[in-house]
Amino acid sequence: MASGAEAVLFWCLAPLMVIAALGLVLARKAVHATLCVVFVMVCLAVLYVAQEAPFLGIVQVVVYTGAVMMLFLFVIMLVGVDASDSLVETIRGQRLVGWLLGLGLGAVLVGVLGRVAFPEGVGLEVANEVTNPVGLARILLSDFVFALEIVGILLVTAAIAALTLTHKQRLTARVGQKEMADARVAGGGSLTPLPAPGVYAQRNAMDVPALDAQGRPLESSVSRVLRVRGQERSAPVDPQIRRLDDPGPAGPAVDPPARTTEEES
Amino acid sequence: MDLSNYLVLASVLFTIGAATVLLRRNAIIVFMGIELMLNASNLAFVTFARMHGDLTGQVVAFFVMVVAAAEVVVGLAIIVSIFRTRGSASVDDANLLKS
Repeated sequence: MASGAEAVLFWCLAPLMVIAALGLVLARKAVHATLCVVFVMVCLAVLYVAQEAPFLGIVQVVVYTGAVMMLFLFVIMLVGVDASDSLVETIRGQRLVGWLLGLGLGAVLVGVLGRVAFPEGVGLEVANEVTNPVGLARILLSDFVFALEIVGILLVTAAIAALTLTHKQRLTARVGQKEMADARVAGGGSLTPLPAPGVYAQRNAMDVPALDAQGRPLESSVSRVLRVRGQERSAPVDPQIRRLDDPGPAGPAVDPPARTTEEES
Repeated sequence: MDLSNYLVLASVLFTIGAATVLLRRNAIIVFMGIELMLNASNLAFVTFARMHGDLTGQVVAFFVMVVAAAEVVVGLAIIVSIFRTRGSASVDDANLLKS
């Protein structure tokens, strides 16, 4: 049934898919887990094409990797990249029980599959004779036409539900540019924009904080996202530059302005 | 190569998806575990369609995909609205009904 080339494809893809799927369980960061799932979805599309289901393979790429997983990425960016899992167990022993149940389920499923004798595969050469999409459409629009209508209604309902669920009723007055500027002046904070990152004379990088006039690094000059992800670098310390408030080993950092001779006279 | 290898792969993927639902707290990752389970069942459907020479399995897999897309839209909308009101996407923090 399955040719040798298909076996090679399967044995190349299947371990990679399992590893990527394990990444979903084990990855600490939500973005990494999402990318692992995207990889699994693309590999599944390849397997569908190999299994004589080219239409489903293309739908898999378009719907899953193209729409669903990108929606997941959008929501992760919306909810916050720094939203990571807590490691505190609310129910005692939940993690252990979860692992045991997962392994048990896997053992049961694989064990059952190992005991079943499947018939020799028929293959889809006959069913796919007029190309696979046409064959699918014949079944979809004859036996399953009512289900297709229901699914159409379901999709419209889901779209409206998403709109109403995420709709925010405006309860307060609209905050425009003028109101924001007034609030900033009234708040008494910094009126100017935050300082730009980077120590320009030596470096030009987003993750290096800028130095203020006294040579101290400015915390607020590095983006919040970089700080949360722990990718902030410390400001470079140049031994040639001494801070103004640091007396240093050799007296004051800045000599007092030299008196001119005519002032003395 | 036997076609049941595909079924074993599908059941392994299903197990990993179920373990994700049981083990992770982030609601988005739990949701991706559900997606992984749906995809594993799709792979089984496609394999059975090929095994029996009948395209109905592929049609059912197609319906699963459509329903999964609708489910993702509603589920993510719920997660976003919970995050807006409670400031967290962890499934442990969503205990409004309890208190």
